[in-house]
Amino acid sequence: MPIDKFVTLESSCVPLPIENVDTDQIIPARFLKKTTRDGFGDSLFCDWRYDKEGNPKPDFVLNDPTYSGSILVAGKNFGSGSSREHAAWAIHGYGFKVVVSSFFADIFKNNALNNGVLPVQISDDFLNQLFEAIEADAKVVVKVDLENQTISVPSKNISEKFDINPYKKKCLINGYDDIDYLLSITDDIQAWEEKAHA
Amino acid sequence: MAGKTLFDKIWEKHVVNQVEGGPSVLYIDRHLIHEVTSPQAFAGLKERGIKVRRPEKTIATPDHNIPTMDQHLQIHDELSRFQVNKLKENCEDNGITMYGLTHPYNGIVHVIGPELGLTRPGMTIVCGDSHTSTHGAFGSIAFGIGTSEVEMVLATQCLMQTRPKTMRINVEGELKEGVTSKDIVLYIISQLTTGGGTGYFVEFAGSAIRSLSMEARMTICNMSIEMGAKGGMIAPDETTFEYVKGREFAPKGEEWEKALAEWKQLPSDPDAVFDKEIHFKAEDIEPIITYGTNPGMGLGISANIPKVEEIEKSSQKSFVKSLEYMGFNAGEAMIGKRVDYVFVGSCTNGRIEDLRAFTKFVEGKKKADNVVAWIVPGSKQVEKQALEEGLKEKLEAAGFELRQPGCSACLAMNDDKIPEGLYAVSTSNRNFEGRQGPGARTMLASPLTAAAAAVTGVITDPRTLL
Ligand code: SF4
Repeated sequence: MPIDKFVTLESSCVPLPIENVDTDQIIPARFLKKTTRDGFGDSLFCDWRYDKEGNPKPDFVLNDPTYSGSILVAGKNFGSGSSREHAAWAIHGYGFKVVVSSFFADIFKNNALNNGVLPVQISDDFLNQLFEAIEADAKVVVKVDLENQTISVPSKNISEKFDINPYKKKCLINGYDDIDYLLSITDDIQAWEEKAHA
Repeated sequence: MAGKTLFDKIWEKHVVNQVEGGPSVLYIDRHLIHEVTSPQAFAGLKERGIKVRRPEKTIATPDHNIPTMDQHLQIHDELSRFQVNKLKENCEDNGITMYGLTHPYNGIVHVIGPELGLTRPGMTIVCGDSHTSTHGAFGSIAFGIGTSEVEMVLATQCLMQTRPKTMRINVEGELKEGVTSKDIVLYIISQLTTGGGTGYFVEFAGSAIRSLSMEARMTICNMSIEMGAKGGMIAPDETTFEYVKGREFAPKGEEWEKALAEWKQLPSDPDAVFDKEIHFKAEDIEPIITYGTNPGMGLGISANIPKVEEIEKSSQKSFVKSLEYMGFNAGEAMIGKRVDYVFVGSCTNGRIEDLRAFTKFVEGKKKADNVVAWIVPGSKQVEKQALEEGLKEKLEAAGFELRQPGCSACLAMNDDKIPEGLYAVSTSNRNFEGRQGPGARTMLASPLTAAAAAVTGVITDPRTLL
């Protein structure tokens, strides 16, 4: 399946200044009974977002009309825990295109990239500056430029470079996914299998 | 030229192709699937109109979403039933072997792989489940993948992977009495934090690791993901070969001899260089219990919860939030805290040695009245063995009930949920908020510490009752 193409994005942000947000918080296990990839956005951060009766908890950021946008800015070590891709589907389904943190768990990073969600890893310092900028102005616009691998707050004149694997960058810019690539080299795989079993 | 690590040797043997400046195409020897993370992958194949490339390399078992009582009846939860049936249907359509509910080989995916001899040294093993790292205990490269990656393996038997860095964690010396391999791994995670292994593939080494049984080694590799590592592994040795030999799908006769000769070449060369090397002393490790909401928040059972000032400034907010969730105060002792539930099971500690250790501990004692205990074997074979060894009677005599195998309260997708606000001592691997049920409060520990809590009804140092 082709993924969304990603080149640049300018958006206000949703701040989540909590560290070690694990995949059980992003999407609790009881929502993993679906057999399709869609419809997980409504359950994103479910137990933080809704009370037992299913009413929105007003103090949780996703329920706070002050904040909106397609960039989620989260505390250090985002996405640890389970390999459930449902976490990436929930984030994508909710409408986030970028997650910013100073550290990401490996599997989450891969899952996000495989769904066209860009994980932007920045320094602790820059993360703090971002949180401060959002606190000062909830509508502050953050710009993510994948081609140049920069994240910036134009109104504040601050920016930082981020790393991304060149192959993954190409995939995102063109909307390719790994499976397309793997299917294109089945001859090589066949040859390798024959050699390995020779 | 420097020697090679165990990891290097296996990785290099499995690289099909190298993308310029990008990841490697890695060939996968063994693929394990379960009902929760595979349906979307099969749907993806269908949409693309392609079949599974090597169905014989994939094995399926429903485990996450199944009841642990009355497994001969239809699953009553409609969504769970649908998901389990979907797995069956997908396997049938694609010629994949599945060990369904009530099959003698059914069980938690990371328990049945090793016990059937499907997990072997030198292999690349993946599963849409982060605790796939368990299989690394045999000296294999094993790691968890997402559903898109499950689809890649089904379609091509390959994955695109960036080579991780290597780390060796050495644990030297002898464990003190009452300290288990679960305590070793919880201790390591408490020292390195949940992000301490991110970007690395970890080899566990040292005399304390070498002296462990295969099952104890699996417990350690199982939780390597909880320090953020890509996976964990232990060099194969006589203990490994002894365990694999004679298992259902293990190589036999001449094949066995050939495999054995290869496996013996796998351990890291003496001059191999790791990107990072860490040393711990086995004597420093006490029975560990967690007090917070991630597996790195563990401490020696007789220690006190840290004070807020002792926590790094940037982490204080998360620390306070975590204690609030647990209903604990900074600085207080763990010993004596109330326990409502005890869960023994999961791919971390649901094997026969775990059940034996728990049973031996509680034999001749009684379950505390305030405690509800769920003892859940990791597989049908573990269950069978527990029955044959008379563990069930002994457990029952002490007031415990042996349930049927599955993931159960480890992730509470079935009915085995810890009620909101109540405290559970659990031998599983994650104490995240809501992991064992909405509002559930989990304290991770070894089967011995769980047993001590089960008979006293409060957090108790197991060494005082040995
Ligand atoms: S027992 Fe728990 S950790 Fe293990 S596979 Fe099942 S849900 Fe995952």
